[in-house]
Amino acid sequence: MKILVCISHVPDTTSKINFTDDNTQFDTNGVQFVINPNDEFGLTRAMWFKEKQNASVDVVTVGGAEVEPTLRKALAIGADQAIRVDTPAVDGYAVAKELADVVKNGGYDLVIAGRESIDYNGGMVPGMVAAMTGSSFVNTCISLEIDGDTATATREIDGGKETVKASLPLVIGGQKGLVEESDLRIPNMRGIMMARKKPLDVKASVGASTETSTVSFEKPAPKGEVTLVDADNLDKLIDLLHNEAKAI
Amino acid sequence: MSVLVYTESENGAFKKTAYEVASYAKGIADMLGTDVAAISFNATDAGELGTYGVSKLHNVKESKLDKFNAGAYADAISQAAKAEDAKVIVISSSADSKYLGSLLSVHLDAGYVSNVVALPSSADPFTVKRSVFTNKAFSNTQISTDRKLVGLSKNAYGLKENPTDCTVADFAPSLNGDDFKVEVQSVDKATDKVTIADAEIVVSAGRGMKGPENWGMIEELADVLGAATACSKPVSDMGWRPHGEHVGQTGKPVASNLYIAIGISGAIQHLAGINSSKVKVVINTDPEAPFFKAADYGVVGDAFEVVPALIEKLKAFKAANA
Repeated sequence: MKILVCISHVPDTTSKINFTDDNTQFDTNGVQFVINPNDEFGLTRAMWFKEKQNASVDVVTVGGAEVEPTLRKALAIGADQAIRVDTPAVDGYAVAKELADVVKNGGYDLVIAGRESIDYNGGMVPGMVAAMTGSSFVNTCISLEIDGDTATATREIDGGKETVKASLPLVIGGQKGLVEESDLRIPNMRGIMMARKKPLDVKASVGASTETSTVSFEKPAPKGEVTLVDADNLDKLIDLLHNEAKAI
Repeated sequence: MSVLVYTESENGAFKKTAYEVASYAKGIADMLGTDVAAISFNATDAGELGTYGVSKLHNVKESKLDKFNAGAYADAISQAAKAEDAKVIVISSSADSKYLGSLLSVHLDAGYVSNVVALPSSADPFTVKRSVFTNKAFSNTQISTDRKLVGLSKNAYGLKENPTDCTVADFAPSLNGDDFKVEVQSVDKATDKVTIADAEIVVSAGRGMKGPENWGMIEELADVLGAATACSKPVSDMGWRPHGEHVGQTGKPVASNLYIAIGISGAIQHLAGINSSKVKVVINTDPEAPFFKAADYGVVGDAFEVVPALIEKLKAFKAANA
């Protein structure tokens, strides 16, 4: 089985978000970039398929040379080879087009992507890749088993979960639950050394067009002061929630 | 030409989010000088869609589509969009709608923007405001394609009445085997509990509860308020509560009217997940907990004393205001 894990290069979850150039660009100054957490769960699940079912695992990112440390980390975790599509990731549709081209040319049976990246939160790339490559698609996937060319997956739905069967080739949008948080892997020294020797292929862009563009960014309005209520006066809290906030 | 909205239903009845996306679609239709058409699957009647500005409901009657199926739903909605020559298609941000949104976008060659929080600031060029960086910021995003697909965030627009006569017509899309490549085997859904996605009020608790055995009072408080229960990331990581209750940057986002956080200190990743909630209440022993800076109302106190007292006070309040 040939697996492709799509990795998004995103600001660390603790990052403060700021903008430059008259609020038109994300300010990367001082920001640590990491593998998108939803993709990290997928990468770890892919490692399980590699170790238990002899799968090969490639990773891919769309972006400039600045994303390579993130790809190297995925190699250090155990991916066999990495692909960087050499173009800025400016729009979900364009990213999906680039990835779909990699999928079609690579003959992958299973594509694992995070259900959304934690920067732009569009949640559109995995489904678009599936639609563009004619693959089955399961979103918000929290468990995945593969037997031959059939997948059994569980996905999170509002208020519960649903188990589905799908044939390969398959694209999943994965998330926490695909593996446990405690099973996530941290690259060890041997992995880091080996990652340096693994292939990182830089592929030219297919020149996908975009469908959307950011005109400007805004930050939420500053928050007012908290109103503290004495723990012995909870009637006051109920009164505030009922009469002032109209929330109960 | 009309604006097409996908109105979600369950067991034939429309969900509340269906009325919110209908209200929003009517807002766009007014900007464009056109009407709103809706598509739904196995709805038993038009419900209150007319109240919220829908003029026509395309109702797909097909028993194979009783259960949500992203592939088939996306194909059917795209056929309805083409039949209506809809230039704008509106869906919600439910798990199901997000699932089908990307498929629909490719079917229709429609630029897709999800997590939208307001009416377009401009119809031409079509520009909408959406939340990004898990609610830490907004992006004003332009869609350049002829057809546009907009995913509305929950509770971002609210319900707006625009009474309109709504006609209902059966709609029979042409579906094929490819639409059913993913087959539902079983659904495990707690039907008697309010879900985080649908809840107006969410009661959430963290490590301050000291162990899963202490969640009884959290559930009781939620029960009194008709709320859903949720939790912080460490709590779900330790297995005290299911993953589906984890609220935050890598968990579920919450856009409820009221969010009550008990024994949660307020890590930046958790706050990002609840930024869209309107009113936030924090109960915590530590007056320096960062959550107090993000809250509207706060109680500094021990959850094991405050929560039981609050339950009793709320019961009395509910009885007096019944």
